[in-house]
Amino acid sequence: MSRNGLLIDYEYCTGCHSCEVACRNEHNIPRGKWGIKLTEVGPWQVNGEEWEWDYIPVPTVLCDLCKERVAKGEKPSCVHHCLGQAMEYGTLEELAKKMESKGKKVALFIP
Amino acid sequence: MKKEWKEQQNGCYTVRTCGWSPPGDHPVGCGMKLHIKDGRLVKVEGDAEHPISQGRLCVRCLSLPEYVHHPQRITHPMKRVGERGENKWQQISWDEAWDIIVEKTNAIKKNYGAESIIVFGGTGREACLYYYPLGFASLGTPNVCYPLSGWSCYGPRCAITDYILGAGYPEIDFAGHFPDRYDNPEYKVPEYIVLWGKMPLMSNPDGFYGHSLIDMMKRGAKIISVDPRINWLSTRAAHRLQLRPGTDTALALGLLHVIINEDLYDHEFVDKWCYGFDELKERVQEYPPERVEEITWVKKEKIVEVARLIAKSKPTAIQWGLAVDENPNGVQLGHAILAISAITGNLDVPGGITLGPPATLLGKWRVETRSELSEELWEKRIGAKEWPALSMALATTHPDETLDTLETGKPYKLRMGWFNSSNFITPTNSAQPDRWYRALKSLEFNVVQDCFMTPTAVAFADIFLPLPTFAEHDGVVITHFGRNAIFVGAMNKAFEVGECKSDIEVCIELGKRLNPEAWPWNSVEEFFDDQLKPELGFDFNDLREMGIYQPGYTYRKHEKGLLRADGEPGFNTVTGKVELSSTLFEMWGEDPLPYYKEPFYSPVSTPELAKEYPLILTTGARTFTSFHSEHRQISTLREITPDPIMEIHPDTAANLGIKEGDWVYMENMFGKAKEKAHLTPTIHPKVVHAAHGWWYPEKPAAEPSLFGVWESNINTLIPHKHIGKLGFGAPFKSILCKVYKTE
Ligand code: SF4
Ligand code: SF4
Repeated sequence: MSRNGLLIDYEYCTGCHSCEVACRNEHNIPRGKWGIKLTEVGPWQVNGEEWEWDYIPVPTVLCDLCKERVAKGEKPSCVHHCLGQAMEYGTLEELAKKMESKGKKVALFIP
Repeated sequence: MKKEWKEQQNGCYTVRTCGWSPPGDHPVGCGMKLHIKDGRLVKVEGDAEHPISQGRLCVRCLSLPEYVHHPQRITHPMKRVGERGENKWQQISWDEAWDIIVEKTNAIKKNYGAESIIVFGGTGREACLYYYPLGFASLGTPNVCYPLSGWSCYGPRCAITDYILGAGYPEIDFAGHFPDRYDNPEYKVPEYIVLWGKMPLMSNPDGFYGHSLIDMMKRGAKIISVDPRINWLSTRAAHRLQLRPGTDTALALGLLHVIINEDLYDHEFVDKWCYGFDELKERVQEYPPERVEEITWVKKEKIVEVARLIAKSKPTAIQWGLAVDENPNGVQLGHAILAISAITGNLDVPGGITLGPPATLLGKWRVETRSELSEELWEKRIGAKEWPALSMALATTHPDETLDTLETGKPYKLRMGWFNSSNFITPTNSAQPDRWYRALKSLEFNVVQDCFMTPTAVAFADIFLPLPTFAEHDGVVITHFGRNAIFVGAMNKAFEVGECKSDIEVCIELGKRLNPEAWPWNSVEEFFDDQLKPELGFDFNDLREMGIYQPGYTYRKHEKGLLRADGEPGFNTVTGKVELSSTLFEMWGEDPLPYYKEPFYSPVSTPELAKEYPLILTTGARTFTSFHSEHRQISTLREITPDPIMEIHPDTAANLGIKEGDWVYMENMFGKAKEKAHLTPTIHPKVVHAAHGWWYPEKPAAEPSLFGVWESNINTLIPHKHIGKLGFGAPFKSILCKVYKTE
């Protein structure tokens, strides 16, 4: 059976922290721990015009890919609430295809 | 959306609703499901069926249970027992609260006249629909006040639009009016979106769903960012115009110079629908790109390139932000921005700027309740005669005049204050909050409505009336406060905490005691039925079952006679056209054409002062974790944003010996405030940015601390009554300061 993962389109992750809080709500994770945690790269100037400033949420060992929600036919809590609609859940095969067609600023996590 | 808005699920139930602060945001109306178990809100889940928010939800709503059940929340009426400022309270019943309020109100009215009562309202909360009727129709006073110097939020943009276009708020077209959204066959995604002094991802301004920008970018829209800061969104922009704070009007005139002189404008639209083009053409000759570069720091090549893009790309949607209001030169800025949209043919076209009527539904009702007042009383409205451009468009007092009145007792003494959802001695909606604080002490009797004891409540409340959150009462969310209602949403009461009463419940209950003819409704539901039915043909219960109602949209209304009251084609202005030269501005003694004026305090206008205060301070950028002064006590959110942050360029910081995370003072001739330094190259070396809205619910409540409200009070640096000629705009985004480490 194929494995599942989380795809992050960090061109459009706006750094809103909704994934962190939505995950905590779903799994009653106490403060100071995270099922998914936002990281920040930049901001710095690449050259005269261009800037690098990315937010990338990283699922942790506490992430179970929302097994229960998914079994009920729902999206994982982080994916459902993501303001940038920058996350997707699926099989690695599907997600790899999406990565390829997106072509840039996209990451795939198997927590 | 599904018809059922309330559903049972093994032992608990869910209620579908649309959000509007308290707590959270403007009338954005995000869709969510509230999960209730044993009388408590246990979880909030985004509603995937909601056509605008589509299941997405920000951290402010995701942490709603913490807000609702917070141990510091006040959920019963309170009476002050100690001295003002001691924070000593006694719980009382609503009956007792009403008895005290009614007796005091009647006595003050009898002895001093109804005008000695003033109602203060805050920014963006649901109270915006109700604090006017509370004043006009319940208490019977003509004095309703939005205390922000120069009325510097939303009001100026609405007034400018009213005078120049004769329309409601011009929002960019994000297909929000259509149930099928971006797929609607009439809709077009904007080719370029110009974000002018605006970062909607955090602020969801006025009811525009901020992340719609991301939706549109994914569908091909490109961004042009006009902002003194490089923000996250502008790193994704095609063009960034990083201008000197407060010089926006020069930039707008520079863009018009290029568009007009290079003949890039829409001749047909200008000939048919614009008034004063030749005068505008002559005026913009004073703003060639070379001169504009000197003023604004934006390279002339960039000005030319962006002007061409704006004119040639169809459609281009300019979204103007708070930077238009928080600028004493902002009327001219707004005028120039509307002129750009008009002459490039982007008004009321798919993917351009949508235009609604100036007021609808509850937005209309709230202002019309002033007919409860006699002409004689209405004439007494503070500052109305002195500032006709403000008082014609907005039914309030003039904010700066109001502070003068409190301080001088002229033209008459104010005796009673009602603070409706406004915590304005925190750095939110007042300039010189310390001066307001001293002046407000002269009031003899005050009522405060809020969810928590705030610095303002502790300082002034004699009676505290608890407000429910949006999860605890019925209501109607209407985007843009009815000035371009993109949709209307049902707010459904899911459960109760304590004995809170919503704004409309308070209006009705107090109104029935003081002025019953104006308040015939026996329930909130009856009231909303009467508000919705005549205009929309359905009642409140129908709206609950629909979830939200999107009215659809008719483009090019000026061609179809749909903008003017007389049904003729054209715009609802004095000349019937878009007034590139304004008849009304001229009548009020203002230049009819847009012009640039240096900020009151800047390295250019006050070079001597700039030696002592060498940095330009701009304030007020939003974060995801608070709505102005809300949410400071919510630990999930404070964990993400623990401290007030000021941004400073690493080179500037190095010169001042400031390191990342140092606490620093920003100080100028008016005041000072302490915030934590964040070093970032996204800000210009000569500019610093400071967060607003900070107070510390964890610090002592009683005077002199007032929850530490004076520690990081950035608005103490903003002067009183430094406003534009028509009474609008104050320098919240362009003032001088120096910065130094606290120790
Ligand atoms: S998939 Fe579920 S468990 Fe994993 S990070 Fe997202 S919300 Fe948390
Ligand atoms: S919810 Fe989405 S947009 Fe927000 S921080 Fe997480 S991944 Fe980024």
